[in-house]
Parts: sequence; C-alpha cells; structure tokens
Amino acid sequence: MKTYYNPDDLARFADISQYDKALADKFFNWYNEVFAEGALSAREKSLIALAVAHALQCPYCIHAYTEDALAKGYSEEQMMEAVHVAAAIRGGASLVHATQMMNRINQLSIS
Amino acid sequence: MATLARQQHPLADSASQLRHYDEVTGIIPPFSSTLQKAGYDGLFAGRPEILQINVGKLCNQTCRHCHVDAGPDRREVMSRETMEQCLQFLDRSGMKTVDITGGAPELNPHYRWLVSECRQRGCRVMTRCNLTIITAHERFNDLPRFFAQHQVEVISSLPFYEASRTDRQRGTGVFDASIEALLLLNAEGYGKPDSGLQLHLVYNPVGAFLSAPQQMLEQQFKKELSNRYGIVFNNLYVINNLPISRFLHFLLQSGQYEEYMKKLVMAFNPATVPALMCRYTLSVSWEGFLYDCDFNQMLDLKITDQAGNARHISTVPAEALQERRIMVSQHCYGCTAGSGSSCGGQLVP
Repeated sequence: MKTYYNPDDLARFADISQYDKALADKFFNWYNEVFAEGALSAREKSLIALAVAHALQCPYCIHAYTEDALAKGYSEEQMMEAVHVAAAIRGGASLVHATQMMNRINQLSIS
Repeated sequence: MATLARQQHPLADSASQLRHYDEVTGIIPPFSSTLQKAGYDGLFAGRPEILQINVGKLCNQTCRHCHVDAGPDRREVMSRETMEQCLQFLDRSGMKTVDITGGAPELNPHYRWLVSECRQRGCRVMTRCNLTIITAHERFNDLPRFFAQHQVEVISSLPFYEASRTDRQRGTGVFDASIEALLLLNAEGYGKPDSGLQLHLVYNPVGAFLSAPQQMLEQQFKKELSNRYGIVFNNLYVINNLPISRFLHFLLQSGQYEEYMKKLVMAFNPATVPALMCRYTLSVSWEGFLYDCDFNQMLDLKITDQAGNARHISTVPAEALQERRIMVSQHCYGCTAGSGSSCGGQLVP
C-alpha cells in the first residue's frame, strides 16, 4: 500500500543534505546542540520533544522520541501526561480564540 | 509460561538461532567484517580474569528476554564434581574473580558450598541473584545473611522502578517480590555506604530498544527507588538485550528482528572493542565446557583446541586460553552498540 509516510524514511533524514549540504549541516549541528545537556538535562529535553512531536503530529518524531523517552527511563504514565500537556495547549489554543468569536458576536449584535 | 525447551520450540536449538543470523546477513554486514573495518582482524582474548560459572538453567522465573531459556521446568544443574573441577581450575590458573550465574544459582543444591570454597581461596565472588528467590521459599530467606557473611557481591536484575514494566519482562508479581528482597538486602547492609557490601542492579531495556547512558539511568533509579521505597544500591549496570533465545523469539514474533539488528549495527562503537568482556572472561557451562561468554554458551559456540575438540574445565591448561581467537557472530553487535554492554554494564563513557 502506498502512503505519504514511509517508516524507512526516518533513517534517511540525513539525506536532506543532498540538495543543500551547507544548510543541512547547520541544522544538524544546531539540532545536536539543542539536545545536549544544558540548563535542562538531555532527559528532560527528550520528554519536551515527545510532547511537541504530538502537538505537531509528526509521525517520524513520535516514532523517534517514544523510543528515546523509553530508553531514558520515563514511565508510560509520565509519557502520557506529557502528551496531555501538548493536547491541553492545543485545545486551549483553540478555545481561547472563542473570546474573539464572542467579541465579534458582541460587535455585530444589537445590545 | 513454559520455556522454549519445554515447548520443543525450534528456537530452543542453538543451530536454529544461528540460522536466523545467517538469514539477516546481507541486510546487515557480518560482525567480523565490521570489526575488520574498525581495524581488528578478529577478536583475541587477553589474560582471563573472571571465571563465570553458570551453575544451571533451573530458575523460579521465566523472563521474556532470558538468553538462557531458564525456568522452573529446566533440569540442567551443575554437579558437585564439575564444581570441584572449577575450583581445581581456579587453583591452577590463579584466577581470583568468580561470577556465579544461572538460572537462579541458589537453586543448585551445591551453590552455598561453591561460594564458600571460592571465598576460602580468597576469590572475589559475584552472584547473579534474581531477588525473588529470596522470598520464594523460607529455605532461601537467609540468603542476604549468607551473602553478607561471605562478603559476596550481589548483582540483581530490576528493569524498571515501576511494577508494570518490570512484571511485563519478568512475570506477574516479580516487582513486588523484588522490592521486598531489596529491602532485606538493605537491612543486611547491602548497598549502604561504608558497609563494604556491594549491591548492583542490572537494567535491560524492556523491549526492542537500546538504553540511555548508564549514568543517566542510574541517577533516575537511585532517586525513584529511594523516594518510593527507601531502597539504596551501589551501581546500575546497563545491559543491551542480545538476539538470543527468548529475546530472539520476541523479536521474530513481533516482526522487529531485522529492525533491531539494524539498530545494533547503526550503533556499532569501535571504542567498545578493547573492553569487551569476552576478552577477559571465561564462561563455564553446567557440564563444564568452556565458552568465551555466557551468550556464546547459549549458542553452543564452544572454545576448542587446535584439533577442534571442545575444551573442558577439568583438563584445559590455563595458559592455553590466553590469546585465543574469540568466536564471534551477529549477536556480538549487542555488546558493541552505543556505550557497549557487558555483565558489568556499559563499557565506555
């Protein structure tokens, strides 16, 4: 079955350098630096990445960071809570716009 | 759960496991050629330092990832006579470190005798205790006291600090029994600073993934086990799962065999090669045959003399084992992946 996403493509991520090596090198160097130990630990960054992966609904990122979070010793409960945080922000981001809708209703309606 | 041997499963036969390695060769390079590319024309043993004695396949647990295919239905246990041959080998080789494993080694009726004989010879003794054996029957309840009296280093598997993941790998109820046993070991002084009684935990990933660096997980395990249960221990040994026996069975059954092998190859780290445990360890089977490691033992890759005859602990000259060529196959990628893997945890920082 043909699909837009092929799981094997994740391992080919580095191939994006074929058309523009200079920019790809900058991206991968920056990426590696972002995930290194810093003010936040590499372990904490893994959980953030897992949550963001769900917010972006990126199948490659979910595949990679689920495994990374398991490897870094997070429990299933912790991982699911992180996904709920992502979902809550996404849900909240929609709902908070309801204030715009309400403003417009008030603007248009005879008081 | 019955062992593969009890089920008469094809994977209970080591030749069948090796055939699966042949099948994957082509998709991944042979381990020997990867070694060669890294500048090693084979693997050669140094001076053997650790005698790892596998005293049998009998175990009170049937863990999903077990490379021994150990379990309650196994009947292979080392005899007192073979143990005596191991002790004679220690005397003539001068080796001073013994690592006792199984199965659950404590189920061997001569286990305590072997420990005390090794200690009387001044050997450092490590024992691989699955923890649940301590509470499995009242005759084992005094094991923590026995270990302490003999100054034995205790090395115990605990794949996670929560029940769900631990029990998935090691069986229902294993986590709770393990926590109870760890508390008993702590009460005896094990893992406590300045007690001199070493307690190390072993972490195997519960599934087809590699582990994070040892130090990161050790920190997490220490924090969680201390906060939740007041348990202390010395070191966490992080060990990769090798595609052998029941873990190979899991990989094949779940359709992840090729992907896992590719993962191991991608993670090949040449810096691990000088520290590989097979270079400094000798593994003895319950029957007294010699192997480069416990994994080769389960794949029946025996150490042989130049004529191809299997070496036996009763007759092997100690000097014949130095600089021998180590038998390698595709499972060896498990020990060279990432920071490396051995019975003593990761090999390089």
